[in-house]
Amino acid sequence: MENIYLLSFGEIGLKGENRPFFERILIKRIKQALEGFEGLDVKKTHGRIYVRVAGPQDEVIERLRKVFGIVGISPAKSCDLDIESIKSAALEAVKEVDYKGKTFKVESRRTNKSFPIKSPDISCMVGAHILKNLKGLKVDVHNPDIEVNVEVREKGFVYCKRIPGPGGLPVGSNGKALLLLSGGIDSPVAGYMVMKRGVAIEAVYFHSFPFTSDRAKEKVIELCRVLAGYCSKIRLHVVNFTDVLKELGEKGPNELLTILMRRMMVRISQEIATKIGAKALITGESIGQVASQTMEALVATNEVARLPVFRPLIGFDKVEIIDLAKKIGTYGISIEPYADCCSIFVPEHPKTRPKLDDVHKAEERFDIKGFIEKSLDNIELIEVTESY
Amino acid sequence: MEMKEVYLDNSATTKVAKEAVDAMVHALTVAFGNPSSLHRKGMEAEKIVNKAREKLALFLGGKAREIYFTSGGTESNNLAIKGAAYARRRYGKHLITTSIEHPSVLEVFKQLEEEGFSVTYLGVDEKGHINLEELKQVIKPDTIIVSIMYVNNEVGSIQPIQDAAKIISQNKNTLFHVDAVQAFGKIPLIPNLSGVHLMSLSAHKIYGPKGVGALFVRERTKITPLFNGGGQEEGLRSGTENVPGIAGFSAAAELVFKNFGAWQAKMKELKDRLKTGILSEIPDTILNGPDDGAPHILNISFLGTKAEVLLHALESHGIYVSTGSACSSHKSAKSHVLAAMGKTAEEIESAIRFSLSPFLSIEDIDYTVEILKKEVNELRKYIRR
Repeated sequence: MENIYLLSFGEIGLKGENRPFFERILIKRIKQALEGFEGLDVKKTHGRIYVRVAGPQDEVIERLRKVFGIVGISPAKSCDLDIESIKSAALEAVKEVDYKGKTFKVESRRTNKSFPIKSPDISCMVGAHILKNLKGLKVDVHNPDIEVNVEVREKGFVYCKRIPGPGGLPVGSNGKALLLLSGGIDSPVAGYMVMKRGVAIEAVYFHSFPFTSDRAKEKVIELCRVLAGYCSKIRLHVVNFTDVLKELGEKGPNELLTILMRRMMVRISQEIATKIGAKALITGESIGQVASQTMEALVATNEVARLPVFRPLIGFDKVEIIDLAKKIGTYGISIEPYADCCSIFVPEHPKTRPKLDDVHKAEERFDIKGFIEKSLDNIELIEVTESY
Repeated sequence: MEMKEVYLDNSATTKVAKEAVDAMVHALTVAFGNPSSLHRKGMEAEKIVNKAREKLALFLGGKAREIYFTSGGTESNNLAIKGAAYARRRYGKHLITTSIEHPSVLEVFKQLEEEGFSVTYLGVDEKGHINLEELKQVIKPDTIIVSIMYVNNEVGSIQPIQDAAKIISQNKNTLFHVDAVQAFGKIPLIPNLSGVHLMSLSAHKIYGPKGVGALFVRERTKITPLFNGGGQEEGLRSGTENVPGIAGFSAAAELVFKNFGAWQAKMKELKDRLKTGILSEIPDTILNGPDDGAPHILNISFLGTKAEVLLHALESHGIYVSTGSACSSHKSAKSHVLAAMGKTAEEIESAIRFSLSPFLSIEDIDYTVEILKKEVNELRKYIRR
């Protein structure tokens, strides 16, 4: 008998001819996620992936729960293909869950028809064995607390728990995008959501020392560490934005400053995106959340974008975003108070409905191309892994 | 090229002196025993602790048995105030402190208020000094503790501890606690701590290590311990003594008191040069706090800048200071000390604290003034609107 993990994957099972491609990436991601554990072996059969790995169960499950594409995780016992082995494996599996005073049923599936006993009979025999050996359990075939699953394949498998995985598609199966990461609550969540759809991400952060402190940069690195848990590594491009910010702040019309800043960030980001082979940008914008995210402001920001800009939070309320951030594990980092002092540039009364003509006119006094070139020459690349 | 480094944040913490490091290494690697052990190794360690107690008592003007070692200023303040309040609650429930204390004092009083004590907070004038007349008016027969800081950590104002002690000593049930964390080793304390029952000290503000401090408790003053345990420090502070920390504290204190007069004069000279340099060469600067005050603390507002941005700008030139407020919009991030002195929001948001050590040079100060001139001028371009 051996402890293994049975993984089910939902959506990628539907992908027809592309299925081997998705499965290959999923298996690669699982291997990355469990790197460092002894005896790792990942195999796939029809509709299932089997993982053999040493290491504490909690930690293995915790890591697998961050692999997009996995729908369910069942810690299982694998055993030889004879009914006695299956019975004792089932008994062990039930002993590992809290069974006292609970009801159960056995559900068997025999995909390997060379096994001589039929599914209903397997269920009966295994159920009887459990009843005989464990006190405090009752059978309930309609509404059981515990479902003991027996699968007869090239070996026998028994499991009683199914832990939900994160769903989605394996990261890397859907190209690459560049996330504009600010250190706030929204942008890491936006990155998570796009990653969940199989998109690999890199991140860009605009550092404006001394207006933002080095602690703010550390905070962004911390956020990348959390996100790296879902994709093994985030490449973070730190753009030195101070000179651009200063010039915009000095010469730009105060009430349009935020819009001008954001337009510069989009322009610089898409240059980086092109360089690294990212096909889209990702932002944490949500309609109407702040002055720079009104419909008009979004239009003004979007005008300079030549790549698609993904805004997965566009229809979310702040509380919904916060709930997600808590679930992902970024919330606690995002609310650390190293507020960026860029807020000193934020006008008292920003234009909530900027007119494109005004924005164009305001930009005439700047050497936009020069800004972009200067910024691209001044980038620090940090490869952030979970253990960074 | 190595960047020039000018450390002007000595009220936050100081660089540990070599003498203290040596004493600590000895206690960590040679005399590493537990002072409570009965064998020779234990005695060796116990001797270090007792020697340290004697030295500190000497510098402070008290007796060795009046010195109790703690984990630092915060614990000393907690132990003194809570310990005295709990031990004396049968005499009354009224407490007095000032509105400009360190959080490790103010938060303790806040908790005691929740527990049913009543607290009077003395105000301060625009220079950061309390008014003794106010103290006279609010002190009552059922006042059990008065707690006043010796030197304010943000603006360097020195409170009239000697005169306060005279007023307080007329009430026989009132204990006087003084938070001397920023005063010890920096200014002369009142002789023999006359009229003071409790005094908090910290090692890492005087070139000793972090994580160690002391509480002076006058003989026959009963206070309730915070920790229960093995009964170390006469039962007032259970827990195996931090022998290396205590050794470092003692060595640092010895160094400071050997050089006391010279270092005080040196810091005063540096502070005056910095103050005059800034106020005369940079327009729209305001001194926060007294004209003289403690020799190591200077607080100045640079109107039209934001303190945190200026701090980071100075940092990029190797100059380290601290601020009266962070850029955060949280209200709690603003200095309660400057607010109590009646400073405006703009003054508070642009306040920088420089805290000095005798290891700085005149060149360091001139360099700082030069950089400040440049950076303040630069920042005002973006911020003053």
